[in-house]
Amino acid sequence: MSQEITLAQLRRWLLAFTDRIIQQELYLTELDAAIGDADHGTNMRRGMDKVRQRITDENAPCPDVSTLFRTVAMTLISSVGGAAGPLYGAFFLRAARGTNNGAKSITLLQLAQMFRHGLEGVQQRGKAQLDEKTMIDTIYPAVEALEQAAQAGKSVADALALAREAAEAGMKHTIVLQASKGRASYLGPRSIGHQDPGATSAYYLFETAAETLGQEQA
Amino acid sequence: MQKLINNPADAVLECLQGYELAYPHLIRVHYDPHFVYRIDAPVQGKVSIISGSGSGHEPLNIGYVGRGMLDAACPGAIFTSPTPDQYLAALKKVYGGVGALYVVKNYTGGVLNTELAMEMAAEEGFQVASVLVNDDVAVEEKANRRGMGAAVLVEKIAGAAAEQGRDLDSIVQVARRASAQTRSMGVALSSCTSPSVGRPTFYLPESQMEVGVGIHGEPGRRREPLVHAAEVVNIVAQPIIEDLELKAGDMVLAMVSGLGSTPQQELFIVFRYLHQLLTQLGVRVERQLVGNYITSLDMAGCLITLLRLDPELLELWDAPVRTPALCW
Repeated sequence: MSQEITLAQLRRWLLAFTDRIIQQELYLTELDAAIGDADHGTNMRRGMDKVRQRITDENAPCPDVSTLFRTVAMTLISSVGGAAGPLYGAFFLRAARGTNNGAKSITLLQLAQMFRHGLEGVQQRGKAQLDEKTMIDTIYPAVEALEQAAQAGKSVADALALAREAAEAGMKHTIVLQASKGRASYLGPRSIGHQDPGATSAYYLFETAAETLGQEQA
Repeated sequence: MQKLINNPADAVLECLQGYELAYPHLIRVHYDPHFVYRIDAPVQGKVSIISGSGSGHEPLNIGYVGRGMLDAACPGAIFTSPTPDQYLAALKKVYGGVGALYVVKNYTGGVLNTELAMEMAAEEGFQVASVLVNDDVAVEEKANRRGMGAAVLVEKIAGAAAEQGRDLDSIVQVARRASAQTRSMGVALSSCTSPSVGRPTFYLPESQMEVGVGIHGEPGRRREPLVHAAEVVNIVAQPIIEDLELKAGDMVLAMVSGLGSTPQQELFIVFRYLHQLLTQLGVRVERQLVGNYITSLDMAGCLITLLRLDPELLELWDAPVRTPALCW
C-alpha cells in the first residue's frame, strides 16, 4: 500500500505509451478506416512525437507529477486536432488535478484518483457515457478496477494488472456495440462488428502502465 | 496510390504554400500554427468570421477567405479538425475589435476544439460566438447531424452580414437562421484515398453506391445499386425536401457540390434533374451553385444542399464577395 510511484516511473510510462502508439499507428488507422475517417493512428502519432520531444527536453524539465501531466495535456491539445486531441488533453489535464502541486511521487490510491479525475474530464468534454463505443468503454472499467484494487490494498503491480484486464475487456466489448458518439455513429448499425479505434488507443494507456509502473514495483 | 504529392506528411503544408502563391492579391498564409487570412485583416470595426476544418475539403475553407466572407480559415491535418491554438492565433490576427463568429461544423472534433478555443479566447477578453452547421439529413437524430454543404452557405451569409457592419448578435441570429433552413445529403460512387493511408478507405464494387455519405471518406448510411442520375437525385433530394418541408411557392438556393473527382458534366446532369424535381413541386430555384465547393479529396459523387431562402438571406447571398472560390 505504501509503495510510491515516482515521477521518473510516470515519465517512463508516458514514454512507453508514446512508443506503443507509434508502433501501432497503422493498426489504429486501419481500425478507424472501417468506421471512421482513417486518421486516428496518424493523429495520435503526431501527438506522441510531440509529447516524446517535450518530455525528454532537458532544457524544460517537468519538475513534478502535476506539471508532467499538464505538459502532456497541452502538447496533445495543440498537436493532435480532431476529437482525440481535446479528449486525451482533458484526461491528462484533469488527472493532474488529482495530485498535489509539487509532488514528486504518488501512491497507488492517488494514481487511481488521478485516473478517476481524468475519466470525468473525458466524459464531460465528450459528453459520452458507457456503451457508446468510445474510449470511455476502456477507461471506465479500468478506473473502477484500479480503484477497487487500490482500496483493497493490492500491490501496484497487481492493481495495474487488474486495470489492464478490465481495459482490454472494455476495448473488446466495443466490437459488439453500435456507435452513438463520434464519427462512427454516422454509420448507424454498420458500426457494429468493429473495434473502436479510440477505445484501442486508450487501452495502451493501461497496458503500458501495467508494463512499466507495475513491473518496476513487483 | 496515384497522387501528385511528395511526402504525405507535407501535403497540407505544400498545398498552403502553393495556395499563397496562387492568390497573393486576396489572402496570406500564417504558418505554425496554420491559418489563411484575408489580405486586409484586421478590418477595424467589423465582426470577424472565422472557420476551420480538416484539410482535404478544398475549396472549403481556405477558398472562402476574402472580402464578404471569411476573415480567416484554419486548416487542420487531412480530415482532422484544427487545434484550439490555430483558432486562437487566427482570431488574434484578424480581430477587428468588435467580436468574432466561429462557424462550426458538427463533428465531435470540430465542436470540441472550437469550444476550447472559445474558452481560451474569452479568458483573454475577446468577444466570441459560434454558429453550428448540422445539415445532413442522412443522420436521423437531429442533434447528431453532420455539418456539410451548409457550411459554404452560412459562411457566405454571415460574411455578408459582417461586411455590412452589423453587430455580433445580429450576425449570430442571421447565421443561425441560415443554418436552420439548410439541409444536405450526399452520395458516393467511390471511396477517397487519404494520402497517409495510401489506399481507399472503403471498397465499393462496380454498380453500387453509398447513400448518405459524409465528407471524410467514411461509408454512408447504406449501400444500394447504382441507378440512373435522375433516380439518384430522387433518392438524395427527397429526404432533404421532406425534412425542410418544402412546398409550392417556397424559394430555395440549391447547391450541387462534387466530392472531388466527379466531372462537371455529371454535376450539371444532377442539377438539371434536381431543378426539374423542385420545379415540379412548385419550388422556385432562385439561386444555385454547381461545382466543387465542399469536397472529400478524390471521392466520386456529390452532395445536394438546399437552403430555404427568405428576402434577407437572398440579399445577403447576393452581396458582393471576393474570395478565391466564390467571387461576384
